[in-house]
Amino acid sequence: MSSNSRVNTIARHINPTSGTMSISLWSGVPQAPPDPILGITEAFKADPATAAKLNLGVGAYRTEDGKPLVLKVVRRVEQAIVSDMSRNKEYLPMGGNAEFCKLSRALILGNDSRAIAEKRVATVQALSGTGALRVSAEFLSKFYPNAPIFLPNPTWGNHNKIFPNGGVKIMSYRYYNPATRGLDYDGMCADLQAAPEGSIVLLHACAHNPTGVDPTPEQWAGILAVVVARRLLALFDSAYQGFASGSLDRDAQAVRMFTQAGLELIICQSYAKNMGLYGERVGALSVVCKNEDNAKRVESQLKMVIRPMYSSPPAHGAAIAEMILGTPQFYEEWKVELKMMADRIILMRQMLHTELGKLGTPGNWRHILDQIG
Amino acid sequence: FLIINHIDRNRARTYLSHTTAHQTKQSKMAAFASINAFLSQSSLVSKSAQSKNVKFLSKKTARHQMQASQKRATTVMMASAFDGVDQAPPDPILGVSDAFKKCESPAKLNLGVGAYRTEELQPYVLEVVKKAEAKMMEKGENKEYLPIDGLPAFKQCTLELLLGAGHPALEEGRAISVQSLSGTGSLRVGAAFINVWLPGKTVYLSKPTWGNHKNIFADAGVEWKEYTYFDPATVGLDIDGMLADIEAAPEGSIILLHGCAHNPTGVDPTKDQWQLIADVCKSKKHIPFFDVAYQGFASGSLDEDAFAPRFFVEQGMEVFVSQSYSKNLGLYAERVGALNVIANDKEAATKTASQLKRIARAIYSNPPVHGARIVAEVVGDEAMFAEWKAEMEMMAGRIKGVRQSLYENLTEMMPEKDWNFVLRQIGMFSFTGLSPAQVENMTNKWHVYMTKDGRISLAGLSLSKCKYLAEAMVDSFQNC
Repeated sequence: MSSNSRVNTIARHINPTSGTMSISLWSGVPQAPPDPILGITEAFKADPATAAKLNLGVGAYRTEDGKPLVLKVVRRVEQAIVSDMSRNKEYLPMGGNAEFCKLSRALILGNDSRAIAEKRVATVQALSGTGALRVSAEFLSKFYPNAPIFLPNPTWGNHNKIFPNGGVKIMSYRYYNPATRGLDYDGMCADLQAAPEGSIVLLHACAHNPTGVDPTPEQWAGILAVVVARRLLALFDSAYQGFASGSLDRDAQAVRMFTQAGLELIICQSYAKNMGLYGERVGALSVVCKNEDNAKRVESQLKMVIRPMYSSPPAHGAAIAEMILGTPQFYEEWKVELKMMADRIILMRQMLHTELGKLGTPGNWRHILDQIG
Repeated sequence: FLIINHIDRNRARTYLSHTTAHQTKQSKMAAFASINAFLSQSSLVSKSAQSKNVKFLSKKTARHQMQASQKRATTVMMASAFDGVDQAPPDPILGVSDAFKKCESPAKLNLGVGAYRTEELQPYVLEVVKKAEAKMMEKGENKEYLPIDGLPAFKQCTLELLLGAGHPALEEGRAISVQSLSGTGSLRVGAAFINVWLPGKTVYLSKPTWGNHKNIFADAGVEWKEYTYFDPATVGLDIDGMLADIEAAPEGSIILLHGCAHNPTGVDPTKDQWQLIADVCKSKKHIPFFDVAYQGFASGSLDEDAFAPRFFVEQGMEVFVSQSYSKNLGLYAERVGALNVIANDKEAATKTASQLKRIARAIYSNPPVHGARIVAEVVGDEAMFAEWKAEMEMMAGRIKGVRQSLYENLTEMMPEKDWNFVLRQIGMFSFTGLSPAQVENMTNKWHVYMTKDGRISLAGLSLSKCKYLAEAMVDSFQNC
């Protein structure tokens, strides 16, 4: 290093405010609070009781041995991709891997979706669920301004940050009923009924995070009626398709019900859990529009949001997802592994419920079985 | 909705009473009322269906609603939330590639491309990248979420590449790195930070600069202005204009500087000129924000290309540095980069990092793992690192080679013009000084596709085509 910088270093040691440097421009920046969920994992790691300890804060699938899991089909597909010398690492278009986008919207809306057949779904690849939500927020703040988004109470913590940062005001609707440990259906409908016409409403497609409480199909129909009556713009956060019940179609019912009713809506998809692609950041954002022309224009504006945010999305994870969704053999393998993960969770619920019963634990623990995901 | 879908009116009625079964009478009536109101509005519902539905309400209310709905022109089903969304303008650079694809002339040349091409004009995946990926497959690591600020090994080697291993700022813990989505993503996180913690400050961009800079800062809510940079007369740097504009900027402004291989001009300040720029930034307490997208790719040397940010840090300034591995490691589509902040003390750096993480969490939660692991593998292994440096030298060398050949051809064909700028400029891009009319001639007559501002990408040029390009340029300069 140069003598100049060495002198500066020494000067700073002697007197922090002397020499060529004064205090930092960033001295006034406060330390951000630690992430609440990460804090749990940190405490878990620090706990010396190795045999007994249990980390129930983790938001990623673990095997029976408590280990992270990479799906066999993912490993196989990834190996094929990395070995394929005909591939390169050229920039994806702003909207991402086009084939992946097509397969992704068909996955959530169904292969027989009329909305897709009528070309009125605009889809872009996104940075998992968070990325899809953020792009939708920025798009809505520009093109659907002044409409607040109603979030369920409670909801995933990051929802409360993504939307305000993206320029959308947040409000809340009643959701969880602590007394029943179930859905406060009346409260939910009443709050949505009272929402200003045209508001945005965020709905968890399945496996509500953090409660595990989902509406029944009948309740979804009632919610749909209110959404229609108040002309609300439904925004589905679909992070667990296939992972909740074990069935991809079953977990897509709410989204499909709303789409089949002819509504415009927004769908944020994540492949973090159902394909175990957490760190690869694979997701998609779809906007179901009234007509093809609207869909084209919406897609062009979604790209305008993406370009100054990260230019284009990462290719690797989407290539894996594309191959799985697009190759019948891999798709079937995936469904089997997906069901296995969902089944293990369901089994744990059953066993926990049984054990609580055996121990004569006071109270009603039925909700452990009724909740999902 | 069952009625609208003409499925079964009776079932619909049962459904509606079912869903409202748990509600109080009041909320039941309210739900029925709104559902009926909606149903009666919809032109898809037959008149008979409408009249049957209204029996849920009192006859008076029903009559009111029927009358009200008949007055409304549009129905819920017809109105769109997105009717007012305009078609976004096409991307100017993509437009060049699209036009190139459509062109059928065998002589066509695509000089719009912003990615390295081989002499055969093919995309290039570095050998060392293929090796790293193969190794990663062998290791079979999991795909768990990275921390919000990215892969620790990646952050460490990124800071070391930028500042040099063992740099005092690293030892003192006052340099932090946040893995981001390549150059764009790191600029955006930095811009968002500025918007929150330096509200009201303006960022100064070179004139011209990479088109996306303006959009990034604008979308993040940061006002931008321009400082003089390119001098068309010399096809080089207008250093006096640049210094004057930076001097004139209000104290504590953010000055965006291209670390090396300026995009789109290819014109970089000399070391002496960097000293002058640093001086004026220091005197006005400006915040330098370096965009380092070509470290190692410009001259072929990682250290050489990092001169400017290192110099500013040495001068005791606190800086932002956006770094990208798109070009130098050819990882374009993997979106690998970092936003680095070098602060005066560890505490400030730590706090800044915590706030950058908060910003990143609300954009994408945590960055993609694949590209970061490739970087960590390559930089972390001595043999692979050496191999990388060799491949970088090869890429930079090819660019320099076509510059030389182009220069020689141009000089031979039109000796009266000073073509020296072709050699003086550095990196992937070159500002030719061609006017829009001349550019049109390049495309229409010679099938050379380039952007209207006169920028050519040397990455898209092969030695075998240098003569042809020279002919096209000379013709355009002389006859248009």
